[in-house]
Amino acid sequence: MPGFKGTLKHFFDRKTFEVHAVTDVSFKITRGEIVGFLGANGAGKTTLLKMMCGLIHPSRGLVDVCGFSPQRRQTAFLKEITLVMGQKQQLIWDLPPMDSFYVNAAVYGLADFEAKERINELADMLEIGEELTRPVRKLSLGQRMKAELLVALLHKPSVLFLDEPTLGLDVNAQARVRSFLSEYNKKTGATILLTSHYMADITALCPRVICIHKGNLFYDGDLDSLANSLSPSREVKVELKNPCSRDQFDKYGEIQDFNDRFISLLVSRDKLTEIISNLLTNFDIIDLEISDPPIDQLIGELFIKGEVN
Amino acid sequence: MRIFGLSFKVIKTLLTTQYAYMLEYRIEIALWALSGVLPFIMFSLWSQNDVGNTFGLNDIGLARYFLSAFLVRQFSVVWVVFSFEEDSLSGRLSPYLLQPLHPLLRYVAAHLAEQATRLPFALAIAITFFILNPSSFWIPSLPQVFLAYLSTHLAFSIAFLLQSLVAALCFWTEKSSALERLIFVPYLFLSGLLVPLAAFPSNVLKVAMLTPFPYLINFPAKILSGMTVDIFNGFLAQILWISILIPSVNILWKFGVKRYTAMGA
Repeated sequence: MPGFKGTLKHFFDRKTFEVHAVTDVSFKITRGEIVGFLGANGAGKTTLLKMMCGLIHPSRGLVDVCGFSPQRRQTAFLKEITLVMGQKQQLIWDLPPMDSFYVNAAVYGLADFEAKERINELADMLEIGEELTRPVRKLSLGQRMKAELLVALLHKPSVLFLDEPTLGLDVNAQARVRSFLSEYNKKTGATILLTSHYMADITALCPRVICIHKGNLFYDGDLDSLANSLSPSREVKVELKNPCSRDQFDKYGEIQDFNDRFISLLVSRDKLTEIISNLLTNFDIIDLEISDPPIDQLIGELFIKGEVN
Repeated sequence: MRIFGLSFKVIKTLLTTQYAYMLEYRIEIALWALSGVLPFIMFSLWSQNDVGNTFGLNDIGLARYFLSAFLVRQFSVVWVVFSFEEDSLSGRLSPYLLQPLHPLLRYVAAHLAEQATRLPFALAIAITFFILNPSSFWIPSLPQVFLAYLSTHLAFSIAFLLQSLVAALCFWTEKSSALERLIFVPYLFLSGLLVPLAAFPSNVLKVAMLTPFPYLINFPAKILSGMTVDIFNGFLAQILWISILIPSVNILWKFGVKRYTAMGA
């Protein structure tokens, strides 16, 4: 109840309720995979990530990461993982990132030469240099995120939990973070678990996606298959040399748009090759374009539906 | 070399980094040091009313006691509950929990670094005090300085553990800093910050000595100012309180951390 009355009532009759943030989720991820977690806000993605890295204790069920029970937070486990949150930072705000690097290096037991070597290696990969000696508060968001990634990866973790790592970054900075993560995965064989609302992150990095809706897993598989099942058709746009009648195209697919020489058709994926071949044989075609409906749009619809056909 | 399970390198890196961080806030810390002049206010109050003689202290004794109380307070002041509460509610605690270092040790390092930053300001205030009250000037003996230094560190440890106990309640309540007031009020009256405990009636004093508060200011301040003090029992009580508080904080932390929901992160 809002307002003064509600505030008074809250003092004497505080209502609490239980939320099952994650209820039925089972999956296995093999070493070196990059997996994207998809779901609307509040679907349970971040909760899942927090359980896997050991921040939250699950009330039931079993979580096993690299043979460890994450919630026990054993030192050996903590040295295997890292968590990067796009909206939170672990760098010390008023000091240069370099200071935070040396604190982490000491905490994780890295020798000085090893820490320097690692910082240089990651700084090269992230294309960041002199910014590391400027106070964090004076860095741009993109530079800060690079420094956050560097500090989080200093101890060579084999499992990376990334929660919205490109949040708020401009298009170029997002692309740089993506290419770094991809390169890091190839170079080190690290497993990456990623949540992001930017579909570009998912399409660029994650061959496999896990979709969560209201705490339940409803899809676990490769992104292409998900796109296929979400949209069984592809859009074919044709530009003809000579005008034709609409009924000539009825048998090829569902006509979306038509005007004399321009036709847009929705064609079933499994008949696509055959239909394109027929169109090229039967018509004098100047230009032909085949496209998927935008993945953002498909995933957006998926979040609303919460199921895959 | 390891101290309390931590390598010397970790301790050194944490302390130097935190010291660099505190230096960024040196003006704020100077103001905090200045804001700790309560013992001087109490000194002027007591000396003007000539109350010191009633509990066996002349003006010079009172001045030395309150200056010592000021210095002890400067190096045993604790604010972990406020930082911890903010970090816990904003989710900044999450990365700390995922590192192989107990999060409370970071706060210990921050406190020690802050004390080092306070040192020149506290000394400057002490020198000003002597200029204004030249008759109260004294140089404590080396054993006095050593014992006062030791007992001040133990006092800091007790204060830190007491507040950590309250801070750990952050896992259950969103405003554990409000509960800290429950400690602050008895601390104010029973620690010797407002008046030397010798001024208390004997039955109140007996009860006060059963709490940890007299060992936070009164005991180290009495050593430093050269007053008569039961050194053995004082240190014994400080160590006893630390040995009670360490497992208490550990138990509360162990249960509390299971309830951590990583809000805001």
